Amino acid sequence: MSAGKIKVILSKVGLDGHDRGAKVVASVLRSAGMEVVYLGMFQTPESIVKAAIDEDADVIGVSYLSGEHLVFTPLIVQEMKAQGLEDVLFVAGGSFPPEDIPTMKAMGIDEVFRGGSLSEDFVNYIRSRAGEKEA
Amino acid sequence: MNHNEHEDGKVDPYAGLDPVVNMSGLEIEPLYGPDVFEETDFARDMGRPGEYPFVRGVYPTMYRGRPWTIRQLMSLGPPQECNQRIHHLVNMGATGISLCLDMPTIMGRDSDDPMAEGEVGRCGGVAIDTIQDMRDLLAGLDLSKISINFVSNSQSTVILAMFCALGLELGTDWELLSGTMQNDILKEYQAQKSYYFPPEPSVRLILDTIAFCTRNLPKFNPISISGYHLASAGATPIQELAFTLSNGFYYVEKAIEAGLDIDEFAPRLSFFFKAHNDFFENVAKFRAARRIWARTMKEKFGARNPASWRFRVHTQTSGSSLTAQQMENNIIRTTVQALSAVMAGTQSLHTNAHDEALSIPTERSEKLALRTQQILLYESGAASTIDPLAGSYYVEALTQRMEAECEDIFRTIADMGGVVAGIEKGYFQREIAESAFRYQESLERGERVVVGLNRYVEEEETEIQLREVDPDFEKNKIAALKAFKEQRDPEQIRKRAEELRSVCESGENVMPVLIRAVQEGMTLGESVAQMKDVFGVYREQAIF
Amino acid sequence: MGIKDLSPKELAQRVLSGDRRAAARVITLVEDQSDNANEMMKELFPHTGRSMIIGLTGSGGSGKSTLIDHLISRFRAMGKTVGVVAVDPSSPFSGGALLGDRIRFQSHSMDDGVYIRSMGSRGYLGGLARATADVVRVMEAMGNEVIIIETLGAGQDEIDIIHVAQTCLLVLTPGMGDDIQAMKAGIMEIADLIVLNKADLDGANLCLRGLEAAVHYGLGEGPGWIPKVMPTVACASKSIDVQGVDDLVKGIMEHQEFLYETRKIDEVRANRIEQELGLVFKDEVEKVVFAGLKGTGKKQGYIESIRAGDNDPYSVVEEVLATFLKVENLE
Repeated sequence: MSAGKIKVILSKVGLDGHDRGAKVVASVLRSAGMEVVYLGMFQTPESIVKAAIDEDADVIGVSYLSGEHLVFTPLIVQEMKAQGLEDVLFVAGGSFPPEDIPTMKAMGIDEVFRGGSLSEDFVNYIRSRAGEKEA
Repeated sequence: MNHNEHEDGKVDPYAGLDPVVNMSGLEIEPLYGPDVFEETDFARDMGRPGEYPFVRGVYPTMYRGRPWTIRQLMSLGPPQECNQRIHHLVNMGATGISLCLDMPTIMGRDSDDPMAEGEVGRCGGVAIDTIQDMRDLLAGLDLSKISINFVSNSQSTVILAMFCALGLELGTDWELLSGTMQNDILKEYQAQKSYYFPPEPSVRLILDTIAFCTRNLPKFNPISISGYHLASAGATPIQELAFTLSNGFYYVEKAIEAGLDIDEFAPRLSFFFKAHNDFFENVAKFRAARRIWARTMKEKFGARNPASWRFRVHTQTSGSSLTAQQMENNIIRTTVQALSAVMAGTQSLHTNAHDEALSIPTERSEKLALRTQQILLYESGAASTIDPLAGSYYVEALTQRMEAECEDIFRTIADMGGVVAGIEKGYFQREIAESAFRYQESLERGERVVVGLNRYVEEEETEIQLREVDPDFEKNKIAALKAFKEQRDPEQIRKRAEELRSVCESGENVMPVLIRAVQEGMTLGESVAQMKDVFGVYREQAIF
Repeated sequence: MGIKDLSPKELAQRVLSGDRRAAARVITLVEDQSDNANEMMKELFPHTGRSMIIGLTGSGGSGKSTLIDHLISRFRAMGKTVGVVAVDPSSPFSGGALLGDRIRFQSHSMDDGVYIRSMGSRGYLGGLARATADVVRVMEAMGNEVIIIETLGAGQDEIDIIHVAQTCLLVLTPGMGDDIQAMKAGIMEIADLIVLNKADLDGANLCLRGLEAAVHYGLGEGPGWIPKVMPTVACASKSIDVQGVDDLVKGIMEHQEFLYETRKIDEVRANRIEQELGLVFKDEVEKVVFAGLKGTGKKQGYIESIRAGDNDPYSVVEEVLATFLKVENLE
């Protein structure tokens, strides 16, 4: 945390440019008192993790909308491990089949929030877990 | 006008009612009455179908003469599979074809591009790298008899070039080729973000395609000015209306500046709207659009050809209204939205499949989507007469209101310096982002109900079958691309690349050179890369 | 060994040896004024004071982030390592912030010679100025030869930050009316270089002349540094269309040379130290006093008596200080 606030890296990964969800989440998290470093589109697992390191982020949040969730989740988890970011929370939001969620978790993501999730849910989750991981 | 007062002093039944606000933020009265028509001159303000100002429909006979085109999106990643699907749907009664591109193609990259990894052929988009893919995609189709809509934007010049080249190969006269290229770059800056170049060269390329099509492909719509994506990104119906029309007027201005004759190109401009949830507001939106477009084209731009005044529109039911929870509910949503589009007088219609919230449709669900339109057409009576909702107090009130709000927004944009200035200042992006945020808030506060999402929520087991994507496709596509490239004459490719750069720089129409280039085997990624070199690459500021 | 298990001294050593993750964590601890922050700062301080520090202010939409992106490229081309502190406004209601500057520095996102840190403007125990001053020191200790501080320049806090910098740039654009605002805010006096970005827009020439005139008439006596007014076009889709950046870098280097040649750099460094001293003093005194009052119920007692009309804040503070600092003994 910095200034006692939870710091979240929010990003889209790969070629997809639909950022409505990511931007709404960014606004919600800001309203919830968090600091959101918005990386925008076309990021790679490496660039996301590097930003997380430099910003000493508590959370990495990724928005998946175009079927890339099973491709990029393990790559991001791998990069996080390689860089020693096990204590950083990794969550994703967006549009993916519920059947894939257990797979994503098995790959190492901490939690996923499908489209239609209430802000309350992911805000509370992040609030409760970001601190926990640090402890 | 307030109907909540009775002259005889009786108790007002409407006084205690909770207010209702629609998605555009307009407050809806409990009751509308004939006073809505007090200022209306029916001949001047509504006219007859097919007559200025076209409020009642852009053609005199509308669906009585010919039903709307059932134009479903039908793309799949592998061009050959996509081709099969096209044939399948056409055999089941689809009268138009609509094709999406895969993510790498949308972003101007070939299947073998490192950034394309994991994304080739996914999401119901066809992977187009070369003219061979275009051949495979449209194999067995009589291009003179079928209308093809390409959902293609920044790469439109290349896709069109491949389409024209294919026409030449098959011996089909360009004059017979019919279809549409979405090709609307302004909405990319505002919402969908799949732009490559900065606004000026992007618009220039659009003008090149408009000029080329006006001269050579008279039945092909070179642009489909889109509100759908703006709405998907969060724009309210009024914003969708105002921003889309604004963008349209901008293209008209630029085309005139480029020396094109308005009465030659304007008849080929087409539009693409969303059929959103609010049934009557949607109808009002289309009516307002027709009136504003007709009036502006005639009075402001001085177009004299009645075909230039016609607002022709393709509609898609609202993807963003679909829920992944209790997916079968989506069938009902789509049906209501489709009926609304028909009542609104759309020229063609795509109905979403109910499982699209999760993946590309299965055959079963896409058939249901198709049947939805057929049932509306043949069983509901919606097409029995032309413009059945005319005269509705509510629809008319909403139409007037939306038109007025629209004019306000036009003024704001003009004050800002116009559409491109607005984009650079982040005006559209900000408005859309704020609407998106407000919508989310209204959902979470329970002010807006979405069944299955924030009310009547169920813990569910998803039994719905999802369509599988061939895991080997990407690998195979890359191999095929490699083999294709080996067959090319590298000297020809080099020459075409130089020619392409040269016309990009000189301002000459890029189409002839591009057609030659793709005939020689230049790939989409290679073409785009050349253009990026000359035009540069656009980066936006993050706007919330 | 996990970062959490390291002592302040060990953490500081890690920073000095180039451990990026440790440095990022230390910055967080320092921003939060956590318990061992001062210990770490003491370890790191001797290794600071040698970097070139550039401050950049300008309102949103002025293109300052893109300008910084170019500056980073130029300094990297010179072989220098660069650190950037990008301050974005925090919401006065929630305290949260959208830190969207980093997105502008994409081209450097994988360059290990560039370290970028985003900060919101609120929530620091000692205020933004103290936090930023400390963060810049840590960045120096990390080995960044050039440090760029980016702020909006709105509000006293952010003007205070600029005192940490050696060369101050004010970024304006034609027709935004900022030139007038800036004059009001007093930033014009601080700016060493006034950059007119988007100089390809209508009215740029007029603006440039106006700024040059303002600088000319605002001159005091003496052979000081005359603020340079420099046009740039930072936002362009092709690098060959970017204009004025090379001249801007030259201007920055000229100002730096001026500082060294006239020995004014010593004054600048002294000012920075005085600024930091003041900020740290204020914080620590506050901490000591309130820590001392805590648990004794005295603070509440004072508040009550003032409310009841038996006392006033000024007398209370005198009394408290007398107790804590034993002021009368120093006379």
